[in-house]
Amino acid sequence: MTDITPGTVDFVPPAEVKEVELYHPKSWITKYVFSQDAKVIAIQYSFTALAIGLVALVLSWVMRLQLGFPDTFSFIDPSDYYQFITMHGMIMVIYLLTALFLGGFGNYFIPLMVGARDMVFPYVNMLSYWIYLLAVLVLVASFFVPGGPTGAGWTLYPPQAILGGTPGRDWGIILMLSSLALFIVGFTMGGLNYVVTVLQGRTRGMTLMRMPLTIWGIFMATVLALLAFPALFVGAVMMLLDRILGTSFFMPSVVEWGEHLQYGGGSPILFQHLFWFFGHPEVYIVALPAFGIVSDLISCHARKNIFGYRMMVWALVAIGALSFVVWAHHMYVSGMNPYFGFFFATTTLIIAIPTAIKVYNWILTLWRGDIHLTLPMLFALAFIVTFVNGGITGLFLGNAVVDVPLSDTMFVVAHFHMVMGVAPIFVIFGAIYHWYPKITGRMLNEPLGKIHFWISFLGAYAIYFPMHYLGFLGVPRRYFELGDAAIYPPSAATLNEFITVVALIVGAAQMVFLFNLVWSYFKGKHAGSNPWRATSLEWQTPETPPGHGNFGKQLPVVYRWAYEYSVPGVAEDFIPQNLPPDQIRYSDQRAPGAQGAGA
Amino acid sequence: MSFFGQLTEKPWLTAQGQVDNLHDGVAFSLPRAKLALRIFLAVVTVLFLLLTIAYAERMVHEDWRPAPPLRLLWLNTAMLILSSVALQWARSAIVRAETLPLSRPQEMEHVKWGLTAAGVFGSAFLAGQAVAWWQLDSMPFLDITNPAIAFFYLITGLHALHMLGGLVAWGKTAAGLDNVDLSRLRLSIELCTVYWHFLLAVWLFLFVMLFSGNDNLANFLAICGIR
Repeated sequence: MTDITPGTVDFVPPAEVKEVELYHPKSWITKYVFSQDAKVIAIQYSFTALAIGLVALVLSWVMRLQLGFPDTFSFIDPSDYYQFITMHGMIMVIYLLTALFLGGFGNYFIPLMVGARDMVFPYVNMLSYWIYLLAVLVLVASFFVPGGPTGAGWTLYPPQAILGGTPGRDWGIILMLSSLALFIVGFTMGGLNYVVTVLQGRTRGMTLMRMPLTIWGIFMATVLALLAFPALFVGAVMMLLDRILGTSFFMPSVVEWGEHLQYGGGSPILFQHLFWFFGHPEVYIVALPAFGIVSDLISCHARKNIFGYRMMVWALVAIGALSFVVWAHHMYVSGMNPYFGFFFATTTLIIAIPTAIKVYNWILTLWRGDIHLTLPMLFALAFIVTFVNGGITGLFLGNAVVDVPLSDTMFVVAHFHMVMGVAPIFVIFGAIYHWYPKITGRMLNEPLGKIHFWISFLGAYAIYFPMHYLGFLGVPRRYFELGDAAIYPPSAATLNEFITVVALIVGAAQMVFLFNLVWSYFKGKHAGSNPWRATSLEWQTPETPPGHGNFGKQLPVVYRWAYEYSVPGVAEDFIPQNLPPDQIRYSDQRAPGAQGAGA
Repeated sequence: MSFFGQLTEKPWLTAQGQVDNLHDGVAFSLPRAKLALRIFLAVVTVLFLLLTIAYAERMVHEDWRPAPPLRLLWLNTAMLILSSVALQWARSAIVRAETLPLSRPQEMEHVKWGLTAAGVFGSAFLAGQAVAWWQLDSMPFLDITNPAIAFFYLITGLHALHMLGGLVAWGKTAAGLDNVDLSRLRLSIELCTVYWHFLLAVWLFLFVMLFSGNDNLANFLAICGIR
């Protein structure tokens, strides 16, 4: 809450942008296909990411069918299974979550929320999408080449990733590595845009500390991605050379089928370091935008300013910085020096501090708020509990002594699905329910949304809680079938059946969501320009959906931060960021200036 | 105020609000393209740093066999230095052309020659690198599984790719020489110059530490007690 008096604001010059700075499309093709408008690029990114994400969803059903009902489906053999888990993991982490949060939400909301007409380099932004699409197509192509996609597991560890016997050794691994390299090139182009737009492209009055936390989350995640993806790029290129040219960056001396291969002298552990130097920040590349978005959802739908805004920003920065010094906690069983493990266990536990600060601040924002159980709020609440659950199992796995027996069990699978699968996906759903009215002009259907929410929420717990238990029993991950191993009680198989049935039901619920997206686009209730009565700039555009250039003739001028909800004495329970102080209506007819709001 | 200084602001306070209302929405007082280039260079720095660390990590093992030194690399290094100097010359000339209108035609001549020389020397560097690859490739007993040789090809190859990208930007700048908008041309030349100097610095680091034949990185690792 602010306390500046309306009359004390000096003259603020209008923030007009010269028209030459904005690219204007001249044909249908340049408007909707090769578009340089960040909003169109965002929708292109989102549709591509959702389409490839659906493929990964279907792959997970097939995997679950095999795990729940082994020896039942003749169309799944062990090679298929490995290929499915590999593609499911890689697609979900990189091509869906990263692309959707940064390419989708980043492109749509950065210019709108900071008050810019577009990204600062629209042409490079367009290239970014087309290279991403190419990366996706190369990845999809691997399904159709001889030998199929790679089955090396999503971590692609050498030497097995490029040795005979691993599915997709001929073409799949080459296409996968090429696709990753392309993705990184495309992302770097987009990432430069996001960072420079946030730093240099804001409207008048929009200081860094007045930005909505959504933008802070996307900004920090982009910085992480820009610095972390080079490690994956280097790893991918080096492995590609090992596979194609026979270099030995990662390949030790190997005897295969009694034959000594030409490789020799490489270090497989080096790949693990490079992969996880990218891989751990990747967790936060997905989590930080989710943190930011959920902060805004909670504040808006609880009609209360975010608790501890500065601390939230600092926590984002701290988590981002710390995420670069924890990577080897993924490698406790790689035979590393125990002192090394001690260091990484310590840094891993330290990262829990800023993360916990954020969780407390969300809860304190809800505390005595005017909580509306709308769909975005339901998904935000689901995110908090899911993230806490997944985070706490992370504390177990972060300790080397606990991790060693749990490593490579279903416990790990349950942990990371909770913390970086389900939790960010809930935020994506919440964000779509929240911003769909701005993007399309229509509300999503609420009863369908409630069905989607409750099945997804309860279903996620029905899937992953038992999976932790399977991990405790010692059930390993990545196994095609358990067979007749006597060490597992019969309940393990029964649980696997249960998990599979629930997973299929949750999968079906996502079809309800997709139906809702299409149905509401044509038949949904008209939303108006600001249905949630939110404060941030994207809701204050003259047109809904926002037109070319976002803000009509004149850019908005910002007078306050984005969390001016339920200000005492003000007629409305929210004050938009761009509402001039002298236009604020007070409920009790006090003289303006006695106790005002809206600096 | 510095970037981190801005993070300590309290946006909800009255006094802060009055200051913030006049904020022009820019975090750093430099053109967007320059900021973007700096961020990109940070990304490229991470790329080459990781490659160097990977190289060093491999070097500490006992079976390390260094790659044979190539004398041609000294000449290539000289080409790259000349290229950078020429571009710097063009940059100084365009600044003078902008500030001293009377000597503009003469200074623009300098800009033209500076840019041309930078392109020629830059291309000569790339051609020299290609010859170095060929020299290495034609050596008897070349063993591609020797990590030192593989690293040499990988690292110099990636550096050359960045150089190639720089030459594309150089080509666009050179094509815009007749542009009447001097400030735009100056920005382009400045961006090229920064990129060139950066790639020179990266190359000098790689050359001195990894490829000059006298195992400087190995000595450095030995001083650190790693090797």
